[in-house]
Amino acid sequence: MAAAIDPIVGRYVHMSLGGRAHRIYFEEAGEGIPLVCLHTAGADGRQFRHLMADRAVTDHYRVLAFDLPWHGKSTPPDGWEREEYRLTTAAYTEAIRAFCAALDLEKPVVLGCSIGGRIVLNLAIAHAAEFRALIGLEAADFQTPWYDTTWLHRPDVNGGEVCAGLVSGLLAPESPDVARWETLWMYMQGGPGVFKGDLHFYRVDGDLRGRVAAIDTRVCPLYLLTGEYDFSCTPEDTQRTAAQIAGVEVVVMKELGHFPMSENPEQFRRYILPVLDRIRSQR
Amino acid sequence: MLESLPELVNDDPVLLRRGRFLSTRFLVGIGETEYLVDVREGRIERVARGPFVMPSWCFALRGGADAWSQFWKKIPPPGYHDLFALAKRGLLTIEGDLHPLMANLFYIKGVLAAPRRLGGRS
Repeated sequence: MAAAIDPIVGRYVHMSLGGRAHRIYFEEAGEGIPLVCLHTAGADGRQFRHLMADRAVTDHYRVLAFDLPWHGKSTPPDGWEREEYRLTTAAYTEAIRAFCAALDLEKPVVLGCSIGGRIVLNLAIAHAAEFRALIGLEAADFQTPWYDTTWLHRPDVNGGEVCAGLVSGLLAPESPDVARWETLWMYMQGGPGVFKGDLHFYRVDGDLRGRVAAIDTRVCPLYLLTGEYDFSCTPEDTQRTAAQIAGVEVVVMKELGHFPMSENPEQFRRYILPVLDRIRSQR
Repeated sequence: MLESLPELVNDDPVLLRRGRFLSTRFLVGIGETEYLVDVREGRIERVARGPFVMPSWCFALRGGADAWSQFWKKIPPPGYHDLFALAKRGLLTIEGDLHPLMANLFYIKGVLAAPRRLGGRS
């Protein structure tokens, strides 16, 4: 008897990033306009598995999600054991653009969540002409810190459980248990110090205060969607950011938190499908 | 609310298992009222209500009565649904030796959220 197999295929692409060889894992499903999805800090592309199983999306979009180096099945570069991992704006931007180039994607849409949402703003500022549209989930120009990240990587605290324990509050209470715990499982599986290193970008290197006004949405449309329960990036943070950007579309998502595509895919599709339909109708 | 912690927690095998390495005492401040919660290997041994003379505790979580009341709704409103959400907004302070809290975060979060099961007042 044939077993059920998801319509998702995963492969490895070789890329040079920062002058070093990398082997990047990515998954894809669907055909049509390329939609590159960026996972959150300390997690990986599995967050987009529901989007990739949604025919309403994959009938029109080639959905792609790659794991950043050090995340998921993208191993760190050789020599990693002698380094402290820290994500920077430059490295993150390079990884996205290199991935798009490596797969010859023509004016893709990029959808990013959390750090992915922040870097989408940076793409809008610096590389807008390369993209058909940009979607930021849980995105704002800056995040006020709410805990000491030293807790994330210490020998006397279980890294996976403290990472997941901290972000567990970012999910909406209504999010179904199965999706909730799958989302948290990904955090529990993160490599030591990786979530912490991503937050260097989120809190320090990626501060975009004062810079988002430069975004020209006539060059590339920008959509910002934020869950009402997200207290890491609140709807107010997103609206404060959006107020500086002419022509941006902002949506506050009810009953969703910081991981909309992963924590409650049924609720999320109510918000993302209209945006994706708008984008593909704009030629 | 907190007086019910022993029955809520000690009958929950998932929560007990999470906390099996933890023995500590922490303070919960609800408005002007203070409680000391004694944990022994994941079981809630005692919940004492203040005022206290020279209380000794490891870590303390203090918030206003309204903040806790919203937190304990079956479906809390945004901003009241998590201890760190409250803390970020200045509605809860977290102080003391935080290691037992951070090393047992799912357990402590589970214990403090347990009164939501007493239910109904949404």
